[in-house]
Amino acid sequence: MLGWRWLVVIVMGWVGTGLAWAAEPIVFGAVVSATGPAAFLGEPQKNTFLLLEEEINAAGGLDGRPITIVVYDDESDVNKCVLAVRRLLDQDKVVAIFGPSLSGNTLAVTKVAAAARVPLISMAAAEKIVRPVDPWVFNTPQLDRHAGITILQHAKAAGHKRLALLTVSDGYGQAGRQVLQELISAQGFSLVADEVYGPKDTDMTAQLTKIVGAGADALICWGTNPGPAVVARNRMQLGLSIPLYMSHGVASPKFIELAGPAAEGILLPAGRLVAVDQVPDGHPQKAVLQAYVAAYTKRFGMPPSSFGGYAHDAVRLVAAAVRKAGVAEPAAIRDALENLQNVAGVSGIYSYSADNHNGLDASAFLMVSIQGSTWKVLP
Amino acid sequence: MRRPFWLQVAVPIAVMGLLPLVFPGSYSLTVLILSVLHAMHAVGLCLLVGHAGQISLGHGGFYGLAAYTSAILSVRYALPVEVAMAGGVGLTVVVAALLGLPTLRLRGHALAMATLGLGIILNILFTEAVELTGGPSGFVGIPRLSFAGVVVDRDGAVYGLLVAVLGAMMALATNILNSRVGRALRTLHGSEAAAEAMGVDVAQAKRVVFVLSAGFSALAGVLYAHYLTFIAPSSFGFLFSVELIVMVVLGGMTSIPGAVAGAFLVTWLPEVLRAFENVESLLFGIILLGCIRFFPQGLAGAGASVGRWIGALLRCPRGEQDRG
Amino acid sequence: MAPLIQYLMGGLTLGSTYGLTALGFTLIWSATGIVNFAQGEFVMLGGMLAVAGVAVGLSQLWAILLAVAGTTVVGAMVERTMIRPLGRRPVLDVVIVTLGVAMVVRGLVMLFLGKETHVLEPFSGHVPLRVFGAAIMAQGVWVLATAAAVVGGLKVFFSATLEGKAMQACAHDPVAASLVGISVPRMTLLSFALSALLGAVGGVLITPITMTSYDVGILLGLKGFAACVLGGLGSPLGAMAGGILLGVVESLTAGYLSSAYKDAVALVVLLAVLFFRPTGLFGPRDVTRV
Repeated sequence: MLGWRWLVVIVMGWVGTGLAWAAEPIVFGAVVSATGPAAFLGEPQKNTFLLLEEEINAAGGLDGRPITIVVYDDESDVNKCVLAVRRLLDQDKVVAIFGPSLSGNTLAVTKVAAAARVPLISMAAAEKIVRPVDPWVFNTPQLDRHAGITILQHAKAAGHKRLALLTVSDGYGQAGRQVLQELISAQGFSLVADEVYGPKDTDMTAQLTKIVGAGADALICWGTNPGPAVVARNRMQLGLSIPLYMSHGVASPKFIELAGPAAEGILLPAGRLVAVDQVPDGHPQKAVLQAYVAAYTKRFGMPPSSFGGYAHDAVRLVAAAVRKAGVAEPAAIRDALENLQNVAGVSGIYSYSADNHNGLDASAFLMVSIQGSTWKVLP
Repeated sequence: MRRPFWLQVAVPIAVMGLLPLVFPGSYSLTVLILSVLHAMHAVGLCLLVGHAGQISLGHGGFYGLAAYTSAILSVRYALPVEVAMAGGVGLTVVVAALLGLPTLRLRGHALAMATLGLGIILNILFTEAVELTGGPSGFVGIPRLSFAGVVVDRDGAVYGLLVAVLGAMMALATNILNSRVGRALRTLHGSEAAAEAMGVDVAQAKRVVFVLSAGFSALAGVLYAHYLTFIAPSSFGFLFSVELIVMVVLGGMTSIPGAVAGAFLVTWLPEVLRAFENVESLLFGIILLGCIRFFPQGLAGAGASVGRWIGALLRCPRGEQDRG
Repeated sequence: MAPLIQYLMGGLTLGSTYGLTALGFTLIWSATGIVNFAQGEFVMLGGMLAVAGVAVGLSQLWAILLAVAGTTVVGAMVERTMIRPLGRRPVLDVVIVTLGVAMVVRGLVMLFLGKETHVLEPFSGHVPLRVFGAAIMAQGVWVLATAAAVVGGLKVFFSATLEGKAMQACAHDPVAASLVGISVPRMTLLSFALSALLGAVGGVLITPITMTSYDVGILLGLKGFAACVLGGLGSPLGAMAGGILLGVVESLTAGYLSSAYKDAVALVVLLAVLFFRPTGLFGPRDVTRV
């Protein structure tokens, strides 16, 4: 007796999906560092791909076709990253690739994607990825340069002249350090100390003591968790009074949790995601930010991070390109991406062009200060 | 125990030659190329770990030293690729000899400690000497493999070349085990002191094997750098050195074809396990533990057991007939 | 003058975190002659379990006690399920098993407790102490004092208790030890449980300073192992002294030479000691038996 009822359910289900997904899905690929040292980047990005795949399909897909995002984890390892990209190109036949999460891994695969003539939208920030421009390679994060400019503007207004750098010795810290060295001398500051620390170091009192000895007016620390939290705690331990600037790499609640009371008063450039409620209502990013925060929090039970935002923007930009091109072919997507103007994303407002494959500028950043364990946007 | 040459070298090489036909496509070929590169380390480490009884936790550092040296010579100093590669291997062998000379006099875990220390020091150099190495985000723009002006740029050709090099390494390793050095190492299973009293220079044999294994890793390193055209410090760290040990253990420690099979398995497995990305390191650990516990002879031993088992199955019916 | 004292204090705090890890290495080595590459994971496990305890609402004290007890049980289980079944297999096999155990522990912690970095509240607040014009975290004093107590305790344990002497006898010559009625398996079990306990104590003590996550065990293990080699494997005092020396060299190098190469300089010192004094600074002179 149960048999025919089941048959009806199955047939109805089959007809239903058949109607909704009459077309072949559009297959995108993504490579994230969901495990390994860079898991803090890749995990929210992986989640975001999952979320957006569901969202876009629930809204009827792209141009009437459902989408699939094949996500591979490169374990923060460059060989696995190359393999993942080759697999996406070779076996999954993707029309565009999101990622990788890391700058080094991105630099290792740009040639592979370009040779296959498939656009790659990296979620890593290094300037080398987009300058000089490779026609097939884009990225979505704000450039380190924009963060550096935002910091130095604030430092100049506050009257600081002698600056010190404390950067982490990984790809992120190296890129930030190079940009800051260049900007600091170009803008007439003097660089009195240029120290580094290892990604897993647990004590930076020696570097801080040396920096104080060099007579710095302000310190810029460039790294991702947990190093900067150690720097903040050591600064409090030593009772240093010079202002401490951090990079956008710690613009997450996790940093405030790890640094505890030592986070108070720290200054940093951050995307608008950290303080959605402080973004004025008329701002073009406001709606996008609210939607992303609400959907992500509902789906995963925690607020999204700005790293997830890079994935969000990559998918939204490519979706916009597919709609604009009217066809989901790699070359058409690439051409359409290059002509996108004023697309509001989580990290900023993107305008790509033939000689600008990053699409953001310093206005993507706000200067914030940590006060009362939360972010306060500075005017 | 003399090892039949054809079984030790010719059969594995023939199998590797056929693999691209079984697994076509550029992705599979990339996995195969990385497997062969890893197998080069495994052959050298099989001699060191399995036969000389010494653990190295720094072969990842030798791999990187050769790769970076060759990259720097060919890009920063514009030397021809062959010359740069020779420079990379040469420097690495010298460094290994300098480390091995004082260390292998010592007993116990001295080599493990020394190689561990050197491996980390080298990794710090790759990361911090930004002007020379490109720093943590890597060295971009390394020229592709070429010999006398002929660029080897098709992956299929690279694979063929690598298999040939690996074959030469396996042949050399097999010969070493059948030579005076191999006989000296065999005394390790008995009394090292007694052997030395008889005039067998065990320390010298260990040094030869150590430097040879570093040389194999160095050759893999230069080939890797000019194949991928991009290198980063994270590929040459402590964890990679441990992974190399795992390959040798999976292969059964003393068997050269086993070590090669171990390298292929360790390289393929993560690709197969992609669906389980979050538990991959866990599974690796479990496989390693299970292998030591239940298959101390590794893949080589498991292969032999399966062989005996099939042999027994084939013979079994006849035995029953006899009884009947 | 003030910077020098600050560097020394920083190095002392840092070094004592290495030394605490090193003590566990030394204990297992003393009892079994095994280098336990899972020791760093015991330290990590102590810290992570305490964090997990606090996260489910336990008071920090209870979380810490349960974390230490839990890790001790894990240490004993590792010995019973992984080490003992190997019987008389070569030491190399056992060492590789400890590498495997480290991977499994790390994998399980990542799976069940996540990949995030966590921190515990310092035991005596965030206000630093002032010593000769240098600032030292109050938590650093906890670490140092505990380490000193453990070194003293181990000294008494090895020289004045039957268990301690029996344990050393096992490493020296297991066959002779069992002939005089010492249960070698029991001593191995005891050494693994004790060193897991020491590791966990270290883990919960250093987490307020260094923070913790599933993957901190690798680096802690390496530094702890290096500290042991520097001080001489088998000597608790040597392990602690080696750790502090390592920390001070790193701190002074960062202060006066280059923060980029501080770890490299510390390792060069380690290699030099290995070549010129292979038994470490405090290790017993090794006598080769034929």
